[in-house]
Formats: sequence, structure tokens, C-alpha cells
Amino acid sequence: MSRIGVFICHCGENISRTVDVERVAEEVGRLPGVAFSTDYKYMCSDPGQTLVKKAIQEQKLSHVVVAACSPRMHEKTFRKAVEAAGLNPFLCEMANIREHCSWVHENREEATVKAIDIVGMMVERVKKNRILPTITVPVTKRALVIGGGIAGIQAALDIADCGHEVILVEREPSIGGHMAQLSETFPTLDCSQCIMTPKMVDVANHPKIKLYTYSEIELVEGYIGNFQVTIKKKARSVDEDKCTGCGVCMTKCPQKKIPNKFDQNIGMRTAIYVPFPQAVPNTPVIDRDNCTWFKTGKCGVCQKVCGPGAIDFEQQDTLIVEAVGAIVVSTGFDLYTIAEKPKGSPIKGYGEFGHGKIPDVIDGMTFERLASASGPTGGKILRPSDGKEPKQIVFIQCVGSRAREKGISYCSKVCCMYTAKHTMLYHHKVHDGQAYVFFMDARTPGKSYDEFWRRSIEEEEAVYIRGMVSRLYQKGDKIVVMGNDISVGVQVEIEADMVVLATAIQPQKGADALAQKLGISYDKYHFYSEAHAKLRPVECATAGIYLAGACQGPKDIPETVSQASAAAAKVMTLFSRDQMEREPIVARVREAGCVGCFACKKVCAYGAVEEKEIRDRQGNLIKIVAYVNPGVCAGCGTCQATCPSKSVELDGYTDEQIIAMIEAL
Amino acid sequence: MHSENQKHDFEPKIIAFVCTWCTYAGADLAGTSRMQYPSNVRVLKFPCTGRIDPVFILKAFQQGADGVLVSGCHPGDCHYIAGNFHARRRFAAFRKLLEFIGVDLGRLAFSWVSAAEGGKWVEVVTDLTEKVRAMGPMVEFKDLALEEQWSGVINTPELQEAYDAI
Ligand SMILES: Cc1cc2nc3c(=O)[nH]c(=O)nc-3n(C[C@H](O)[C@H](O)[C@H](O)COP(=O)(O)OP(=O)(O)OC[C@H]3O[C@@H](n4cnc5c(N)ncnc54)[C@H](O)[C@@H]3O)c2cc1C
Ligand code: SF4
Ligand code: SF4
Repeated sequence: MSRIGVFICHCGENISRTVDVERVAEEVGRLPGVAFSTDYKYMCSDPGQTLVKKAIQEQKLSHVVVAACSPRMHEKTFRKAVEAAGLNPFLCEMANIREHCSWVHENREEATVKAIDIVGMMVERVKKNRILPTITVPVTKRALVIGGGIAGIQAALDIADCGHEVILVEREPSIGGHMAQLSETFPTLDCSQCIMTPKMVDVANHPKIKLYTYSEIELVEGYIGNFQVTIKKKARSVDEDKCTGCGVCMTKCPQKKIPNKFDQNIGMRTAIYVPFPQAVPNTPVIDRDNCTWFKTGKCGVCQKVCGPGAIDFEQQDTLIVEAVGAIVVSTGFDLYTIAEKPKGSPIKGYGEFGHGKIPDVIDGMTFERLASASGPTGGKILRPSDGKEPKQIVFIQCVGSRAREKGISYCSKVCCMYTAKHTMLYHHKVHDGQAYVFFMDARTPGKSYDEFWRRSIEEEEAVYIRGMVSRLYQKGDKIVVMGNDISVGVQVEIEADMVVLATAIQPQKGADALAQKLGISYDKYHFYSEAHAKLRPVECATAGIYLAGACQGPKDIPETVSQASAAAAKVMTLFSRDQMEREPIVARVREAGCVGCFACKKVCAYGAVEEKEIRDRQGNLIKIVAYVNPGVCAGCGTCQATCPSKSVELDGYTDEQIIAMIEAL
Repeated sequence: MHSENQKHDFEPKIIAFVCTWCTYAGADLAGTSRMQYPSNVRVLKFPCTGRIDPVFILKAFQQGADGVLVSGCHPGDCHYIAGNFHARRRFAAFRKLLEFIGVDLGRLAFSWVSAAEGGKWVEVVTDLTEKVRAMGPMVEFKDLALEEQWSGVINTPELQEAYDAI
């Protein structure tokens, strides 16, 4: 016979205001199997927990029901307390009489009746709870970092500096991400390359970091502590071991007019190329779509000039499998491509403000390349159309962002600050020029941020116009920008030489496909979701996977770096143990009943169901049954609801427990 | 908003089978946002809608539920990747079966309520409660429950003979 203890919490007045807690304690106390029932002001407080622990020992309780807030809030707290008092933690359940009762009903009688029902259901359930053993799984102390922008670089370096091996996978030929493209960075205006390249070199030289560039994630299997990741290394057509990075090939390649994506297509590159001179690794890649050899079978100049014989036209994509225990996702962002609408995009409004049609309407990242000393213009601000220096320049903020009707309702967070930066860089380079900014609001919270923004107005003479642009068109070699200054209520018209659009930050294209491989969730824009917005901001709900940088939402560099270090710290916490415990909510097969139909195997999204042979003593095969690998099982229970012979059962959610609850009604 | 003080002749019993990650959390959010809804619903938490066996729905009706709600994550948002797809398929077939045996499908609601949709939870629960209240008590399964007890008794000679033969 069970001796159940029921503990009803007042939650200050949060529960007791609408629920008659004493009456609940009294009525529930009469249920068969309940040996002890009481109420207390704050059950989760230290004295409250002591009360529970003492009652378990003094009353020799066999099971515990705590009727209080949501189990999502305090289930762990009370299970720990119960464990400390010597009971198996899974013999404790919570009845949610706050979120699901006292807070949503005003009528005291109705709320009290409902609370009694809720507690009664949990009492019946807990009777059927079984002792569940903690499951321990080994931890592979190697981390995978996906995406080599500043987020991935920071996370990789932190983990590697702690002595753990890191596999860093980057899709592009070089690491660096967007930060490598920036000219100078707010709020201090230090040169991006100068602070970024040393870190990139550290990655390349770190004995604990294995770098796969020009590579992508093909497949992710396994679970926290034990992932198997298949990485596709795309054919570079250059043997990385032989190449010395001398660069002769690039000077001789006859294909010289290929727009360089790194320079936002305003600079040119060769078919064999590194995206930028400080690339890490410094090994070129042959862009097969534009290479004469791959198009016509002739040329091969690079092969002829390459001293160490590194060019390999026959190279194939290769698949590599790596075992890791934790994964940091840091795939960053993309910009709202205003010029043309990507296929299947739900966002409306592409081609705004003549972008893609008027050559001197550019986006912020293109401006970064123009302003960068290592960019295609050597740091001079020159118009793409005719190479002239623009004397009147208009910046438009919130292009795409905060436009609910177009499908992006969020703020891209960095544009106010980088536009202020752009006006400064412009003023430093074009002394007789005038910058205008159309803006909705200036959002500059952050250390030294507002001061920075004000400097662009007070010292660098940028003219800020509050209001959006209504019309923009080409007139001769000028761009006429018409808008409304809402702070004074007048129409403004500016004849600009160049227009710079602060376009929305969006997740990387294909972010959803990667999420599906990883089994992590994402929001409607495809930014990856953290497990808890406030309390678990760098963890995914999927155990063992962590987030860093702009892939989780728009972020500037300081925030990105902080989050990356936080993710690294989480990985290191995991790696501080050789074994880890996991919740024992896993499925278990009753082999006697299993007929080996493997319906469960088909529905299990985690591949947790394996085939197991049952043999007699002579070794003759009797039957093949299902076996659930407790390390892999995520505990969804889909297999159980599917099994036609009812031979698989999810611990913690058995049919018995659920039927007991229904019968309590 | 629903006025709780209004008295009705018939208060239906509503049972909700929900997943932990989305709908349970959505119902929690309705609580933290202090939204108000009828108190008729009793919630049973599952890790995933994929765990919900249609038998539970039958059992709930048999135990006197007048309405049953099954709710989980939106398609594509399942915490367990695809559990809700399996659930959806299972319930699509199950609804047909219920319809066939003559259960008014108005008593059974399926919905997707995410962790962010406290308001939607309130709406879904309120709608179902009001609808079922208007429909009146569910009698079909209560009769069946009685019948089941009755048929447990071997009371015909033929049946007794067949029974003895085993
Ligand atoms: C115009 C502009 C100016 C800015 N100026 C500033 C500034 O002055 N100061 C400041 O603090 N912030 C600035 N920012 C913000 C800054 O760029 C970001 O905070 C920072 O780049 C975010 O870093 P990240 O590593 O998260 O992402 P990214 O820099 O986007 O890096 C992501 C990396 O992941 C790789 N990747 C993507 N998908 C995959 C995949 N599936 N597999 C493998 N690899 C993948 C990408 O190739 C890339 O290398 C600016 C942003 C813009 C747009
Ligand atoms: S010439 Fe050969 S060694 Fe030099 S960079 Fe090109 S591939 Fe590498
Ligand atoms: S409960 Fe069953 S279906 Fe779900 S993960 Fe575990 S084995 Fe797979």
C-alpha cells in the first residue's frame, strides 16, 4: 500500500487567493493511499522543502505529490528534494494548480473543485510511478563548431584553449564570415581586419582545432555526448597538403573578371581564388563553374605554374565522419537580398528603392567594402556606376526590417549603429560631402552606443531625417530621394549621388535544412530557437547543441562574442565529466510481447530502435525483437502509441499511469 | 471574456491531452498572463502528441468526459521532430472510426497551440467547452460502459458452452 504525501502550496497568495488550499489538503487527504496532506505558504522555499523532506522521513512516505506551480517551473527542485530525503526522484509528481488553475479562474468554488481534481489525478498517477534508475552515458570530449564567423571562431578558440579538440566546419573557402568584410567597427572604429585576422590565424595554428573549410554538414546522428557527424568536404581542386599559398596560380589565371562575392560583387577575382588576401586557410579554390579547364577541357595554366604541383583537377568531394560530444551552431546571418526575390521566400518587397536596377543604390555591406582599405577601391568611397566620389549620400534605415506587412516584423538591431558609423567613415573620407539619413527611430542601447550615434550628428554633421522614403528614382546621374520629415511635417527631396540601404538581417539561406539535420527548432523567420529566452539563451532544446551569434537573432559583434564564449562555457561544463546523467524517460521493449513488426522503428525519428536477436542456449535464432537504445531515445513515446502489440512502453508515461489519471476523473 | 459567475444547467467535463513542449507551455503562458477561461478542462500532460494513444480518448469518453481536446506543437515545430505528424495521421483515421460508430465529432477537437500561444489555448478551450455545453451530456459511451459490465457475465448456454470448450 502506498503512503503518499501531498503538499499544497499557497505560492504566497498566488494560489490561495482563488483556491481554498486548506480544503484541498483536507479532501485530498481522504483519498485512498494518501498518508499525509498539508499546505504551506511557499513550498519551494528552503523551509518548504525541509517540510517535504521531514515528512518523507517521519511519515515514511512512499510517493510525493506537490501541488503548486507548473512542473516546468519546479519539478526539478522538488525531485531533488525528494531524492535528498532518500526517495527515488521519479516517485514525485507535481500538480499544476497555479498556471492551470488559480491564475486562470476567478470563481473560488470552481477553482477549488478543479484543484482537488487536479491533485486527485496526480495522486492516482503517482501510485503507478515506478522507480526509474538514472541513465548515464559516456561523453566524447570533442566539439563540433558549425560556421566560422566571429561566433564560431570565438567558441572554437575558447573550447580548444581548454584543451579539448574542436572540429570547425565552414561552408566558404575561408573562415571569417561577415566580420572579415567589415571596414571599421562601431563603437570604437577599430579596423575589423586588424582585430579579426589574428584570431583567424590562431584558429589555423591551434593544435587542437581541426579546420574543414569549403565543407558542409551532411548528416548528424546520435545524441548529447555521442554525436556522429558526416561532413562533406567539397572538391577544392587544390591539394591542401601540397599548396604553399604562394598565389602564383591566381596571378596567371586568365579568367579575371568574375565578380567576387566577398567584395559584394563590386570587385573581381580569378577562377582559382582565395576570397580575400588574409583568407584562412590561404589555399585557393577553383570555382569550377567559371574555370576554362572545367568548361572546355583546355587551359590548365595554374597547373603549369604551380611549383609544388598542388592543382588537382580530378579531386572529388569527400565524406568524413567525426565523433563529437557537443555541437555549437554559429552559422550567422545573410542580408535581405533586395535585388531579387529568392525562390519560395515569404517576404514581400524585394527590389525596393531601385536596388538591383539603379547601380548606385547599394546595401550597407557593399558600403563596408568600399570603405575598407583592403576593398576593391582601396578604401575610397566611389560610386559603382562611374567611379566618381559621391558628394551627397543618402542612407535609408529599416529597409525590410520592422515592416510587418512585408513579412519581417523584427528590428535588425545593428543597422542604426552601422549607419551612424557609415556617415562617419564617409565624412572622414569625403570632407566636402554631405550625408543624410532617413530613419524611424535611433535604437542605440549599448555601452558607448548612444554617444557614438550622437557623434555622427554633432561632430560628423550627418543630417538625420525622421521618416521613411516614399519614392526614389534615377534622374540623369542623380538619384532623387523623396520622403517626409515627420518631426517637422514637411516633404523633403534630395538629389543624391549614391544611396545606401540598411537592409534587414536574415538567417542564412538553408538555415532550416541544417536545423532539420540537427533536430533543433527555429522560429518563423528561421532564426534558431534557444531553450529558454531568458534562462537558457545559448542552449537548444535538443540536448548537447548550443547556439552562438547571429544565427539565433540579429546581433552585433560584442554580443556575438559574449554568446560564443557562453556557448563554449556550456560545452566545457558538459566536458568536465566523463559520464553524464540523463532523464530516464525512455522507451523499453517487452521482448515477450514484441512480434518484430518494427512499426516502432519506422516512426522513431531518432533511430533509437534497433533489431535484437533472441537466441536459445544452442544459439538457434528464436526471433528478432525491437530494442530501444536508451542513449539515443529522446522519450517522445510515439513508438508506444504505434506498437500494435503494446510491447513498448515509455518509462514515466506508461499506459497504467495515464489510464489511472483518466479513471480518477 | 468568459464570465465565470454565469451559471449553466449543464457543466461539461472536458479532458485535454497535450504535449509538454508546446500546448502545456502555452497553457502555462495563459496562466502567467492571467487570462481567464472556463474551469471545465482537466489537462493530461504527455511528452509528445505522438505518445497519445486513441484508446485514451475512448477511455476518457467512457469515464464520463463530454468533450476531448488533443493539442500539440504546430506541424513542423515538434520538439521530437515528427511525433505530431504521426499523431495527426493516427487521429485522422481515428476520427473516421468515431464517426462510424456514431460519436458526434463536435465533441473531439484537435488543435495546434504553441508555447507562445496562451491566447489560442484560451480560445480553443473556451470554444470546445461552449460547444459541448450546448450539445449536452455525452451518453453513448456511458451506456457502453454499462453494457461492458453487463457483457462480462456469461449468461447464455451457448456462450457457456463455448467458454468451457476453451
Ligand atoms: C553592414 C553591416 C555592418 C556591421 N557593422 C558592425 C560593426 O561595426 N560593429 C559590430 O559590432 N557589428 C557590426 N555588424 C554585425 C556583425 O557583422 C555581426 O554581429 C557578426 O558578423 C555576427 O557574426 P556571426 O559569426 O554570428 O555570423 P557570420 O559573420 O555571418 O558568420 C557565419 C559563418 O558561418 C558560415 N556558415 C553559414 N552557414 C553554414 C553552414 N550551413 N555550414 C557551414 N558554415 C556555414 C558562413 O559562411 C560564415 O562564415 C555589421 C553588420 C552589417 C550587416
Ligand atoms: S600556385 Fe600552387 S602552391 Fe601556389 S597558391 Fe596556387 S595552388 Fe597553391
Ligand atoms: S520514445 Fe520511441 S519513438 Fe520516441 S525516441 Fe524513444 S524509441 Fe524513438
